[in-house]
Amino acid sequence: MTTTEITDDGIVSDPDTAALAIEDLELSYVVRGTPRAVLRGVTFEVRPGEAYGLVGESGCGKSTTAYAALRYLPSNGQIDGGRVTSSGQELTSMSAKELREFRARQASMVFQDPVQAVNPVLKIGRQVAEAFEVMGQSKSEAKKSALAALHRVRIASPESVMDRYPYQLSGGMLQRVVIAMALACDPKLLVLDEPTTGLDATVEAEVLDLVRDLRSELNSAILLIAHNLGVIRTMCDRVGVMYAGRVVEEGTVEEVFDNPSHPYTVGLLNSIPRQGLRKTDRELFAIPGNLPQIGEPLPTCVYVDRCPIANDTCRTEVPPIVDRSEGHWTRCHFPDRLDEIPEPEEVSEVVAVGSEEVVGVHGVSKTFRQRGHDIPALVSVDLGFAEGETLGLVGESGSGKSTLAKTMLGVYEADEGGEITLRGRPMAGKATKRVEESIRSLQMVFQNPDSALNRAWTVRRILTRSITRLTGMKGDEADKRAVEVAEAMRLSPRHLDMRPRQLSGGLKQRVAIARAFAGDPNVVVCDEPTSALDVSVQAAILNLLASLQRDDRTSYLFISHDISVVRYLADRIAVMYVGRIMELGSTEQIFEGPNHPYTEALLSAVPSVDGQAENRIPLTGEIPSPANPPSGCVFHTRCHRFIEGLCEVTEPEMHELSPGHTIKCHLTVEQLSQPVEITEKDRMADVAEPLE
Amino acid sequence: MTAFDPEAPETPHDPLDLHPASDEDGGAPQAATRKQVRKEQRMMLFKSPGFIIGVLIVGFWVLSAVWPSLLTTYGPDEFVDAPPRTGPSSEAWLGTDGVGRDVYTRIIYGARPILIVAPLATAIAIVMGTFLGLVMGYYRGWVDEILSRIIEAILSIPVILMAILVVFTFGRSRPVVIFTIAILFVPAITRTIRSAAIAESELDYVTSAKMRGESGVFIVSREILPNVTGLVVVELTVRLGYAVFTYATLAFLGLVGTNITTADWGIDVSQNYEQIVRDVWWPSIFPAMAIASLVIGVNLITDSIDKALKS
Repeated sequence: MTTTEITDDGIVSDPDTAALAIEDLELSYVVRGTPRAVLRGVTFEVRPGEAYGLVGESGCGKSTTAYAALRYLPSNGQIDGGRVTSSGQELTSMSAKELREFRARQASMVFQDPVQAVNPVLKIGRQVAEAFEVMGQSKSEAKKSALAALHRVRIASPESVMDRYPYQLSGGMLQRVVIAMALACDPKLLVLDEPTTGLDATVEAEVLDLVRDLRSELNSAILLIAHNLGVIRTMCDRVGVMYAGRVVEEGTVEEVFDNPSHPYTVGLLNSIPRQGLRKTDRELFAIPGNLPQIGEPLPTCVYVDRCPIANDTCRTEVPPIVDRSEGHWTRCHFPDRLDEIPEPEEVSEVVAVGSEEVVGVHGVSKTFRQRGHDIPALVSVDLGFAEGETLGLVGESGSGKSTLAKTMLGVYEADEGGEITLRGRPMAGKATKRVEESIRSLQMVFQNPDSALNRAWTVRRILTRSITRLTGMKGDEADKRAVEVAEAMRLSPRHLDMRPRQLSGGLKQRVAIARAFAGDPNVVVCDEPTSALDVSVQAAILNLLASLQRDDRTSYLFISHDISVVRYLADRIAVMYVGRIMELGSTEQIFEGPNHPYTEALLSAVPSVDGQAENRIPLTGEIPSPANPPSGCVFHTRCHRFIEGLCEVTEPEMHELSPGHTIKCHLTVEQLSQPVEITEKDRMADVAEPLE
Repeated sequence: MTAFDPEAPETPHDPLDLHPASDEDGGAPQAATRKQVRKEQRMMLFKSPGFIIGVLIVGFWVLSAVWPSLLTTYGPDEFVDAPPRTGPSSEAWLGTDGVGRDVYTRIIYGARPILIVAPLATAIAIVMGTFLGLVMGYYRGWVDEILSRIIEAILSIPVILMAILVVFTFGRSRPVVIFTIAILFVPAITRTIRSAAIAESELDYVTSAKMRGESGVFIVSREILPNVTGLVVVELTVRLGYAVFTYATLAFLGLVGTNITTADWGIDVSQNYEQIVRDVWWPSIFPAMAIASLVIGVNLITDSIDKALKS
């Protein structure tokens, strides 16, 4: 490929001093003998002490850029052109030995999954100390340094953590350990590749806080890769928006997010529900089309095929770099025509939620038995679904959300005493014992379509099998229905004969939704249906769910960790903790407060694209195991409004704050409305309990 | 670091094929991609030297087994013009054995028993192992516990001892030998398929099937089985190499066949190896090389296929 790149002097100011300068980097992966271009002239710099973020959809080359920054390449990767320099040293021409030295002393990387980044058979102390021994410290010095390093990453009892094995620590704690190791050499450059993607929102907030705090103590520059725009907004000074292996817009986070100047950035920002947007307000903006595939030849402007304002100039001329303001530039011909981008559709008809309960969950508990111990995973849960209503369900992982979903759907059988009703009539516990009508009326959309769709089956078979099981239709009749359902999901008939792996993530999720809607269900449980998808695809899926609800009056149990998504779609929200509903209220009530202290902490943890959340309430420690729930109120061990002598003794009753808004807490409305003070000590993470 | 495959999902973007029904989240993927991938994999396979050599070797032995008279003019029990224990010469390319038969001819005819027994034994083992593995992996519980213990017990008995026990109990007829080898392979195959079935059972499509109220038989045979066939094929080719080796070992130990005049590589090695001390190495070394070449040929093919599939 010939270089058609315009390298502007303004982008890389001084490669000799920058913590990282990437100039015109071209990189490809060799797949089945053919090299396929991934990075096609990436240019940006990270200045000393600066935090620089890279955003973009999956497949745009963000992670490849991160790896290339330290010249970590998979065996089939090759650099075709360009330079990578760090503090004046050119990485692209380093020998293996120099490179090892560089990675040991000047740069560090933190990966997405902390579990894979640590050695499972070595104690934490050994691993952290090793990082210091590499630096030439003696064993005893290294041990001392390791203790200090763990303390530095806000681990309250480093001595006890040193003696533990990785499997004994939670994900958030492990990521702290990994960060401690990465900081051992006091790097000039720290690369973080999606460091919080696998973590809960509360833990994510903690890790981000930590990195932010550490920045002021260290003099390292940070390159942060994240697909979550909120994370970038709260963490970075400057941001580069990547598309198809190129940076298309760059500037300070405020400039880029508040005043986007590239159609792609505008599309990304419009596709996420912001500023409390609700499904009744307007649809979300979904970027049409797909990212160009790796290795495909690119058009003159990389975004032209998906751009709503593209014209002939865009197809014939490479867009120049247009400066918008100091340090903010875009690679677009018409940055001044961005207001011509059509607004997402207003939602014209608002369908009111019905009053009658369609599906009810009454006093449902679920106790698992494991090695002779009872594990109460659900404790007397009460929920009702009115026609056309979305009930949002939030809570950390391990709070019992999925158990509730699976119990409702009959994968698990609820304990004696509780019942799940369909229009007032109780249904059998196990799915195999339920009548067709009950199975049909309750369906589920899973988090990960790759896992939820049988990859050996065609889409047609996936749909017709469900139709046959749920409605009794057979042969041609079922096939006709499959085409209808697929059409309602905006899938085209030719997708029917494909297998899941031939479809993109968004299309796969549409197939999964089509399967759930095959038999005209009353309630569809959506278990994180968009968390595996890119934001632009997420927007399309959320739009689809909202429109299906308007047309079919279907109710949803919408489980998600993304509070802004829940806020967009839900009419009511339930908050779950250790198998219990802690708070239940309408979306307005939940967001206006006052809230249960747990909800309060959850809400404060969300990194927002619209700027920094004020006064975050830390949720340190781990969610207690349902096998051994705390006495009294289950939340008292982590509560910032804990009242001694009351909360650990008596379990609070569910009581009403206002009509339709109930919480399980001893405190009164007045007490809950008082702001709390957060001390430094509250923010230290500690291991839950001593080793057994 | 492992190779990175940027082609998942296979969604090439074709601006001319933006179907209006799906333009919202794009995805106008082409059915051709899958074919394209297959084609590229095939091209890679056909170009790889390992595959070509493997096919040539195995092809030669298959030809010998099917049509031996094409490759040699003598019969396996025919005495040739050279005296016994003559070294490789123009009359007998690979020399003659202790009684004056042509070693080359014996090797050509000897391909047949091994090429009957090894694939049959492997096929039987694969069918049994896949069935057991799927049942154990999906149902778990006490069925799994009991079968797992039995499998561990079988695995703990040395292969040769096991073979001797079976052959002395049931005789050395060919069906017994085939079943013996099959039984020896079942535990390893079962284990592989079982762990794959466990992984599949944890996927949501199985949960989804349970939510539809599907029966266990349906889930195992229609939902899970098609997803482990790739693994079954890999197991099949890997075990085939082992089966060749195992059969030759049993033959060497005299545990197969009663009629020593029938050509068989393993038997020929065991009949003639004592003569090596008298410098008559050809009647035993050449059949041994035949065994080795078949094992290597099968493994070359297996490895190349595996590599192409993973690229």
